[in-house]
Amino acid sequence: MTLVWLLIVLIAGGILSGLFARWHLGLSRWIALAAVTFDLILTLILAARDFGTAHPVGNQWLEEVNWSWIPQSGIHFHLGIDGLSLLLVLLTLFLGIVAVVISWTEITTAVGIYHFNLMLILAGILGVLLALDLFLFYFSWELMLVPMYFLISIWGRERRAYAAIKFFLFTQLSGLLMLIAILALYFAHHRATGVYTFEYQELLGAQLSPHAAMWIMLGFFAAFAVKLPMFPFHTWLPDVCAEASTATNLVLASLMAATAAYAMIRFLLPLFPDAIRTAGPAVTVLAVIGILYSAILAFSQTNLMRLIAYASIGHLGFVLLGIFSGNSLALRGAVVTVIAHGISIGALFLVAGALEGRTHTREIGAMGGLWDTVPRLSGVGLFFALAALGLPGMGDFIGEFLILIGTYQVHFVTAAVAACGVLAATFYALRFVQYVFQGSNSHLWHLPDLSPREGLLLGAMMVLLLWLGLYPQPVFQTLAQAANHVPTLWR
Amino acid sequence: MLRLLWLVPALPFASSLVLALVRLPRRAVAWIATSSIAASTIISLLVAGSFLSTPPAAFAYTEALWRWFDAGSLHPEIALYLDPLSLIMMVVVAFVSFLIHLYSTEFMSGDDGYNRFFAYMNLFVASMLTLVLADNLLLLYLGWEGVGLCSYLLIGFWYRDSDNGRAGRKAFIVTRVGDTALMIGLFLLFHRLGTLNIQELMRRASEQWPIGSSAALAAALLLLGGAIGKSAQLPLQTWLPDAMAGPTPVSALIHAATMVTAGVYLIARTHVLYALAPQAQFAVAVIGAATLLMAGFSALTQHDLKRVLAYSTISQIGYMFLALGVGAWPAAIFHFMTHAFFKALLFLGAGIVIKSLNDEHDIFRMGGLRKHLPVAFWTFLIAGCSLAGLPLITAGAFSKDWILWGAYGAANGSTGLWVAALTGVLLTSLYTFRMIFLVFFGEQHSQVTYRPGNAMLIPCLVLAFLSIVGGYMKAPFASFLGTSLPWNSKVGAIPIGETASGGIAAAVFFLGVYLAYVLFLRKPNLTMAVASSRAGRVLHSLWSSDWAMDWLYDRLFVRPLVWLANSGKSDLIDGFYSGVAWLNKTAWRGASRTQSGRLRWYAAGIAAGSIVLIAVVLFL
Repeated sequence: MTLVWLLIVLIAGGILSGLFARWHLGLSRWIALAAVTFDLILTLILAARDFGTAHPVGNQWLEEVNWSWIPQSGIHFHLGIDGLSLLLVLLTLFLGIVAVVISWTEITTAVGIYHFNLMLILAGILGVLLALDLFLFYFSWELMLVPMYFLISIWGRERRAYAAIKFFLFTQLSGLLMLIAILALYFAHHRATGVYTFEYQELLGAQLSPHAAMWIMLGFFAAFAVKLPMFPFHTWLPDVCAEASTATNLVLASLMAATAAYAMIRFLLPLFPDAIRTAGPAVTVLAVIGILYSAILAFSQTNLMRLIAYASIGHLGFVLLGIFSGNSLALRGAVVTVIAHGISIGALFLVAGALEGRTHTREIGAMGGLWDTVPRLSGVGLFFALAALGLPGMGDFIGEFLILIGTYQVHFVTAAVAACGVLAATFYALRFVQYVFQGSNSHLWHLPDLSPREGLLLGAMMVLLLWLGLYPQPVFQTLAQAANHVPTLWR
Repeated sequence: MLRLLWLVPALPFASSLVLALVRLPRRAVAWIATSSIAASTIISLLVAGSFLSTPPAAFAYTEALWRWFDAGSLHPEIALYLDPLSLIMMVVVAFVSFLIHLYSTEFMSGDDGYNRFFAYMNLFVASMLTLVLADNLLLLYLGWEGVGLCSYLLIGFWYRDSDNGRAGRKAFIVTRVGDTALMIGLFLLFHRLGTLNIQELMRRASEQWPIGSSAALAAALLLLGGAIGKSAQLPLQTWLPDAMAGPTPVSALIHAATMVTAGVYLIARTHVLYALAPQAQFAVAVIGAATLLMAGFSALTQHDLKRVLAYSTISQIGYMFLALGVGAWPAAIFHFMTHAFFKALLFLGAGIVIKSLNDEHDIFRMGGLRKHLPVAFWTFLIAGCSLAGLPLITAGAFSKDWILWGAYGAANGSTGLWVAALTGVLLTSLYTFRMIFLVFFGEQHSQVTYRPGNAMLIPCLVLAFLSIVGGYMKAPFASFLGTSLPWNSKVGAIPIGETASGGIAAAVFFLGVYLAYVLFLRKPNLTMAVASSRAGRVLHSLWSSDWAMDWLYDRLFVRPLVWLANSGKSDLIDGFYSGVAWLNKTAWRGASRTQSGRLRWYAAGIAAGSIVLIAVVLFL
């Protein structure tokens, strides 16, 4: 039942927050914050309950809910959580809190509707992470989309309409392909067994011809690849990030990417193992190209948000490489990278948002020498830039190292070229530090340094990244509880 | 006592954290920063004492702190490994760093980034100590990258000048090129041998790989890639001269204790691998010999006092690489130690000179300082003699003679390498005494405006003492280090002995001093004439620009990459999607234009459409 409560609390929180904004803006914000925090505490209790125990054999999921929804079509309201989804739910709720808190001062118009949308998106993300019925999964997947469109188009910057339509077209078209693939799988399974069902676990054993499996896999893959985003379907992300508000960027780059990576691991790998084996090498090549391509593009960006968006695409290229390289170390590295990337890129967006809040610009050219006036914010920015360039001791390094060392065992040239991507990340990360914080303060900025609220959020994110970098064992231990569901983790 | 080992890197880490987070008054900053390194030094000495008095089994002690992570087949620990090699490195690094910290408390006293400076410096020392004590290559890599990071932060410490930032980024990026090779080397070792624990790796490598196996060669070369990056050897040496942009104590730290000797340590640590890959080991020797000569020539033409010292470091590390390459392992580590003493001292002395002359770096605008800065002069002279190798007295002579002898008499030694090393001796004494004569003798060109206090002078005196007596430790040093890093002797007869080799080196040293005296003190006009001749000009510009390698790299790598980045800035891939959008819009515009509201156009359209349809039906 906990899983249902997670969703109910978020949706109810969203509705209440929307309603109360009419009377009191602060109350609206507090309700949203309380809802997400309550969910986080619930999940932490859930995590603590089973932490470190071996995976229960009889009940394969740490927690499960299975209600019949539309029995005629074999649709169930089926939620389940295991180590893998647990980690990402925790990440989602933590970053959800961050998103609510940074919107506190940045969002001043239509506060109620804003929080309503934000809560719906978070509920959609949780739905994606928990759904064990493909219909419910698709439903949640689309639930993320529409509120996100509003977040971009209402609270965005100048070219927000363009960005919102671009986002909508990319994700909607690819989502449609996934819908077709889900239906194809549904009917193919019916033809083979005579049973109509969207159940994940029953479809796992679906008998498909290699040809059909490949096409259906590609349908799923289209949706996940666009949302990740993977090269060459990535171009919506920088355009959107350049226009959207800080919290939106955080949700887009850190959380939506996490759902895409999760969906690949949960659905793509177990449903179509043979098709993945065939398509894997091609995807890894694209992943490596994406890593290098985005690093070079990040180097030349003049808009701070765009730069971070490309940095994010580069890290997600590593995630893609880890998932498709067919090695268990690499796959585990991919999960760690999803978490670490969520925090480090999210924090970079926060830093950029903090800079924008003070200087009223996202252009790097208008900054420079800010260390003089905001030393703490600059130090924090430096810290997260270092995390992004893969400095050992921080979470991103553990993930990327595992991905590379795992990939090396399968194909060493791919790993060696991808390792150059870590080097290339140095270029843009140092350029960011140089042109924003160092140099002379030629624009004579005189700005307030970190507020306690910003300091608290960023400090928590720093601690989490260091923890992930120096003692990530709990993450691996939790991940081990996904053993039965993701057999490829252990291949 | 050995169990206190973890405190040695932990204390500087902790103080770095405190300094980064808490805003403290200057005195407290200086006190915390210096005392943490002092405590670290004392503990390392205690550990060393206990290690010597009651050696642990097999002369090695491992202290496991915690399991880093367990990802299935890869499960590294955060663990420290102490054997004679890491013990010597640890003690020297901690002690020299302490002296430099003490010096910095005064040197940096007027700087507004006092807090930040010491936070970085402590992190630097902590990273280096982690590097040398690491029990597995992943932890070593953590220290390795931490050292690279701190060099970047400290070289660009005075961030308001964007040139300093550029030098810092150059250091980080160039060394990271090497680090990438090292990382791939780690992948290879793990893939083939299934662990990253250094001792386990060495054992498995010698069991599973025959001498000359291609896997060993590849692994050794990849690690070498990392080593030349950090140790500023050919062809990745270009970052070190620019690294002089940082405050002078930083240069002392980078050159003497932390950072550049990391590559030497890595190769010594994994010497089993190099024994399995003779070609790779030979490559180490050749790189060392080539670097020591090239950097020696470059040092001869520099005007900036600190750049002379920078090239001198590159050249001296070249000696260490030469020693590693020929199999004179203990000689390399011994030279590391003596070099740490005299090079730190040279930089600290240079810092005094530069600060007293109000930030003057050009040696041609100094001169005659021996009367005004007597302590600086005498200590600098001792360090210079040690660097150039004044025989029988100075520490540098002992270590260099040992390497020289190794270049001839160790396993892979040869006459060619010995001659290269001997030429290096001439160059070293030439550029060292050029510097000493120009700075301290002759006419005075600049006014002394600052006199160093005790915090700056005491470290110099201690290091001067060590630059002399350090040499007499050779015999116990060799026997102690021999338990973990033995000298590989040459098989067969050796025509000249160690003493003869040392004697020749001594003669060459005096020749160099005399030449320097003539060329730069007695007859500077002669030097000018030679330098302004056609060939002299070409050579001078070649040497002073570090053999034009910066220029070459700029054209080969930097500019193409920047051009590529800038020309692809607007994301070419997006062009495709924009094209699709444009196509749709155009089609829409065309289609909407037909809806003009004019009846005759509609009639004409219907008629034309009918004709086409009928034609299709009739003719197809």
